Amino acid sequence: MSHCGLHCLKIEHITVRASGQTLVEDVSLHAHCGEITAVIGRNGAGKSTLFKAILDEIPHEGEVVFTGHNGTPSKRRPKIGYVPQSLNIDGGNPAAVLDIAVAYTSRWPAFLPVPGRIRARLKKHFARFDAADLLDKQAGRLSGGEWQRVLLAIATYPHPDMLVLDEPVSGVDTAGLSRFYELLEQLRKEDMVILIISHDLAFVRAHADRVALLDGKVLAKGAPADVFASDAFQKAFVMGGER
Amino acid sequence: MFEWLAYDFMRTALWAVLLLVPLLSLLGTLVVNNKMSFFSDALGHSALTGVAIGVLAGVSEYRLVMVAFGVVFALCMNRIRRSRLASTDTVIGVFSSVGVALGLTLLSARGNLANYQSLLVGDILSVTADELWVLAGALAATALVWLVCFNGFFAVSISPSVAKSKGFRSALYDNLFVVLVAVVVMLAIRWVGLLLINAMLILPAASSRNVARSMRSYHLLSLIFGLFSGVLGLWLSYYNGVATGPTIILVLAAVFFGTFLLRKK
Repeated sequence: MSHCGLHCLKIEHITVRASGQTLVEDVSLHAHCGEITAVIGRNGAGKSTLFKAILDEIPHEGEVVFTGHNGTPSKRRPKIGYVPQSLNIDGGNPAAVLDIAVAYTSRWPAFLPVPGRIRARLKKHFARFDAADLLDKQAGRLSGGEWQRVLLAIATYPHPDMLVLDEPVSGVDTAGLSRFYELLEQLRKEDMVILIISHDLAFVRAHADRVALLDGKVLAKGAPADVFASDAFQKAFVMGGER
Repeated sequence: MFEWLAYDFMRTALWAVLLLVPLLSLLGTLVVNNKMSFFSDALGHSALTGVAIGVLAGVSEYRLVMVAFGVVFALCMNRIRRSRLASTDTVIGVFSSVGVALGLTLLSARGNLANYQSLLVGDILSVTADELWVLAGALAATALVWLVCFNGFFAVSISPSVAKSKGFRSALYDNLFVVLVAVVVMLAIRWVGLLLINAMLILPAASSRNVARSMRSYHLLSLIFGLFSGVLGLWLSYYNGVATGPTIILVLAAVFFGTFLLRKK
């Protein structure tokens, strides 16, 4: 698929309040198709809250508009692929990865034997994420890196307009992470907007096209080099101690 | 070995077991997966209040009132559970206590508390032929809901956010599931009893979870363990002259411990 560069996710004046507190204040961001837009910030800066507002999961002010190739707001509902930090799956859960994939991506009841055509389709898609062999594994027994690839495969099936990722803080080893970033690099070449909460500043510096530094509100945004050189960044990450 | 089936009431009871156990085993799979066994237990306890309201209102078919009350009770409990304003188990504990205390208070006000003791332990041998049709209808309706809504129930339970991104309406599925559990629990309580209903709901699934490796085997083994224990429990209770419901639960518990020892490492 081509790099279109025209699809744009416009997050306009998002404010989230809860229990009398303002968790996210007047955040506006534009994220473009074919680019990786990273949101960074210290713990408790409102990153996950902002993402929940973008996914329309919590009450918020402001709006999220998705514009089509010609720049006008898209009338159809955008397809969203969401990769959460984790799922509510404990070690004893009998669900296999295939069951979860079937439940999220098809109408076939996931507790019945899965027809060959659905299985073959998923296997082909999962192979792209080195996850075809994981389909028959029990979900509760996956490693952090395996989970990330499975969640990415589920999020990108069917092909989404916007991929939203909440990167896990821990549990993924270095090899797993670099494979994950490789896959993201491949996905960015396709027709989708990629928005990621990242805790890995080296990744952001190397791969992100745009960065927003958040602490309740946007403290700095723009190209990674500019944001990393900003006073706000120095204050949040260098002087504040979090890296 | 089969002379127990010479009696009409035993044949009816066997049918009741063959309908009721799959119904509860099916729902139990997600009750256990969603860690809602305390929730369903509280729901069972609230049946006392449901009956009391029915009796006080002078409604002859108090079971309808019980089901309606169960649905409202479950939705209220679920709303507070979802709001995460307080610790879930505390909220459910409070609901459970109120369900029992209010029911007992209201029933005792009429001075006929003893008449409702059968509600505590139930009696599966009391099922009538007409009631078998109610059970068959409930099983068919639940199986249909399961076919249409299982993916939604499952998707929302493992991640409401991912479910929402895939177009599932999280709150709708979450509430629909607790309503389904409420209706079935309230319908079944007369035969299983509010002290035992939760065991029959969760033990087949809990046993299956010890050994199952996919959603298919989880469901299949839940049904097999449930049916095996139901029929064996009915048979054992007949030959030993003991109450049927508790015997079934004891067999289910034995299956649970057996599978626990075999559980996948």
